[in-house]
Amino acid sequence: MSCCAPGIEAANELADKGQSKIDNESIIAGSIDLKDGRRQVELAVPDVHCAACMRSIESELSKLELVELGRVNLSTKRVKVIWRTQNDFAPTELVDVVNKAGYRAMLLEAEDENAKDKTFGQLVRALAVSGFAAINIMLFSISIWSGADASTRDLFHWISALIAIPAVAFAGQHFFRSAFGALKVGRLNMDVPISLAVILALGLSVFETANSGEHAYFDASVTLLFFLLIGRTLDHLMRERARSAVRNLASLAPRGALQRLEDGNHQFIKLNQIEVGMQLDVGAGERIPVDGVVTKGQGEIDLSLVTGESAPEPIEKGSVLLAGATNLSGLITMQVQKPAHESFLARMVSMMEAAEGSRAGYKRIADRAAEIYAPVVHVLALVTFLGWGLYNGDWHHALVTAIAVLIITCPCALALAVPIVHVVAAGRLFEQGMMMRDGAALERLAEIDYVAFDKTGTLTQGKPRFVEMIKGAQSELEMAVRLARLSNHPFSKTLASAHKDVSAIDFDEVKEVGGQGVEANCAGDVWRLGRAQFCGAQDAGEEGLSRVYLSKNGEYLASFEFEDQLRPEVPTLMERLRGKVSGIVLLSGDRKAPVQLVAKQLGLSDVHWGLTPQDKLNQLTALEAAQHRVLMVGDGINDAPSLQAAYVSMAPSSAADVGRNAADFVLTRDRLDQIPFALTLAKRAANAVKQNFGLAIAYNMVAIPLAIMGFATPLVASIAMSTSSILVTLNALRLRIDAKERKIDVPRSSEQKVMPAE
Amino acid sequence: MTPLLIIIPIVLLVGVLALVAFMWSMRSGQYEDMDGAAQRILDDSADDHPPK
Repeated sequence: MSCCAPGIEAANELADKGQSKIDNESIIAGSIDLKDGRRQVELAVPDVHCAACMRSIESELSKLELVELGRVNLSTKRVKVIWRTQNDFAPTELVDVVNKAGYRAMLLEAEDENAKDKTFGQLVRALAVSGFAAINIMLFSISIWSGADASTRDLFHWISALIAIPAVAFAGQHFFRSAFGALKVGRLNMDVPISLAVILALGLSVFETANSGEHAYFDASVTLLFFLLIGRTLDHLMRERARSAVRNLASLAPRGALQRLEDGNHQFIKLNQIEVGMQLDVGAGERIPVDGVVTKGQGEIDLSLVTGESAPEPIEKGSVLLAGATNLSGLITMQVQKPAHESFLARMVSMMEAAEGSRAGYKRIADRAAEIYAPVVHVLALVTFLGWGLYNGDWHHALVTAIAVLIITCPCALALAVPIVHVVAAGRLFEQGMMMRDGAALERLAEIDYVAFDKTGTLTQGKPRFVEMIKGAQSELEMAVRLARLSNHPFSKTLASAHKDVSAIDFDEVKEVGGQGVEANCAGDVWRLGRAQFCGAQDAGEEGLSRVYLSKNGEYLASFEFEDQLRPEVPTLMERLRGKVSGIVLLSGDRKAPVQLVAKQLGLSDVHWGLTPQDKLNQLTALEAAQHRVLMVGDGINDAPSLQAAYVSMAPSSAADVGRNAADFVLTRDRLDQIPFALTLAKRAANAVKQNFGLAIAYNMVAIPLAIMGFATPLVASIAMSTSSILVTLNALRLRIDAKERKIDVPRSSEQKVMPAE
Repeated sequence: MTPLLIIIPIVLLVGVLALVAFMWSMRSGQYEDMDGAAQRILDDSADDHPPK
């Protein structure tokens, strides 16, 4: 099945992504004990996307004897596996089997059954009940409007009451609770006028029915709830989808660590059980779980997520390790110096909490509208009541009219206007590979006029690219490639994958010297590939590039230059952004040379390097002070506080967990070229919201005078309400049609993969 | 008036049945994976029963 090719490639790429390996202990820790000798675990499989994908995973899983259930959920991109525990069964087999089928699998934290999303179920149930009630009551209402005689009308009113009262009591809870909560703290939200209108309409209708009155508003109150619940459910669905996608990504983080006991054995412990003084083993490709010092082993660590530094840093006994860095070469043993909650990572989190983002003061458009709208409506109803009462002394009529005003003005279109636009926009963004955290982020994105980028891992891919050979001939290049194939170092891997056609020869006595390079014997000669001093050369690899050297019997022969590769889409992205925002700034924690190199390639003039997380924050604050609304795009742990503080923020899916959790938008395709699209869409969405408010206000301009004059019969109320809701929805759906922006075709990861090999 | 007294209960009963059917389908997990259900129908050998 050709459509499944990306999945297979992704599995091959697995090792490149620096993701933490899954071991038996973490699977057991992440699974739920079903008590009867069975366990259940959920794995995230981000690459499934078709029927064949599901089948290959499910059939591979069912081949395992102990697996009772293996089921792929395509909507959430997860596999649920239930297996019978038995001593000789290693749960990693589950992961291996999924990998064998050609898909990446990541372990998801076991979710407490109680913590599962109940609100959604409640909302859908409320929606079903109110929909049922609305349809049936409407049937009776239509016969009443067509001129049923008095006794039939009374009967129908009673039946409607019988349906409406329990339906409102059940379906309206969501609004009543929220309104009550707001009133308790002395605030007004959109739910206050909604609840008031629904309850009053119901109460008045029951009163009218009991007195054989001509008009009852059962249909209005239930239909109102139905429409509002549609908006709420969609809104919730959107947020839940974003949340679960972010949770899928979070499964990349280490869940615990391997403790080295005094007798030399190992024990898996959870992150929160790590104590100061413990000895931990960190394998190649794993993330450092907490801050500490190296006690055994040497090698290199990748700090690109932590500080933005693009070149790997050598470590040896006594080197300080920061949580979040990735161990690139062999096994190291570290001593814990700080517990998990005091590590570098945790300090970033507390800095994020302290970073009082400009978004904190942001109030959603709907809430701002409610603050004006609700008092106006309530005053209008009161004035109507007093006006009519004083005018003709008929207080019953005055009350009926005042309630009609409340029903007619109930912000149905208003409450639907904003969520429906956001849901449609979120759907568009999702198709283009962007997850939106909530609607408020979209509203803020529309106001952006400045963009700040991080460098390492954001503008660049965070992995090296082979540039050129400085010294040496073709034969030396070939030798270097052969040596590089023996090593797992990022530079070696790049060199090897850039020259796949070089013929292989046999080495003996291959030795990888941690933090230095690789050494091998061939026909009596000792070849070395690695750092300058390891190969007897002078290190000249400054000016933004990194170099690797080759030597034969200690004699320096050749050197090879690498750079951190720009993402292929970045140059065009910059071009397109320049037309949309007033300024672009580069904020990096990396050294001066590589930052300036990138700036030169992209033609950026506003560039800052060597920034600490606090410096980045200060830069953002300065921009805010200059009345700029800044969009921050970053991926590292060091970007997390600024992602939190910026007006809006985005993070690629390769970002560190804290960064992803702080960002308003997560780019699920790990590409940046959707940013201009998102900006345009946000602006269009903001316009659509304004138009919807305009529609709602126009509707009220017509309806309110009618209601105040006492002409608002239930028929008028129903028609007016439904029409305005439908208009607002249709207007929001216009966002699905592309007006100016052409649809951008996003190549699958197969094309991306070709790039480093060029 | 008499036909109404027969028809209205029937109408309501059918409505309630539909509501109950919907609630049941939700409880039995048929809405847990809407995208998956759409794809599974294309695959003859796939297990197209709802999860659980």
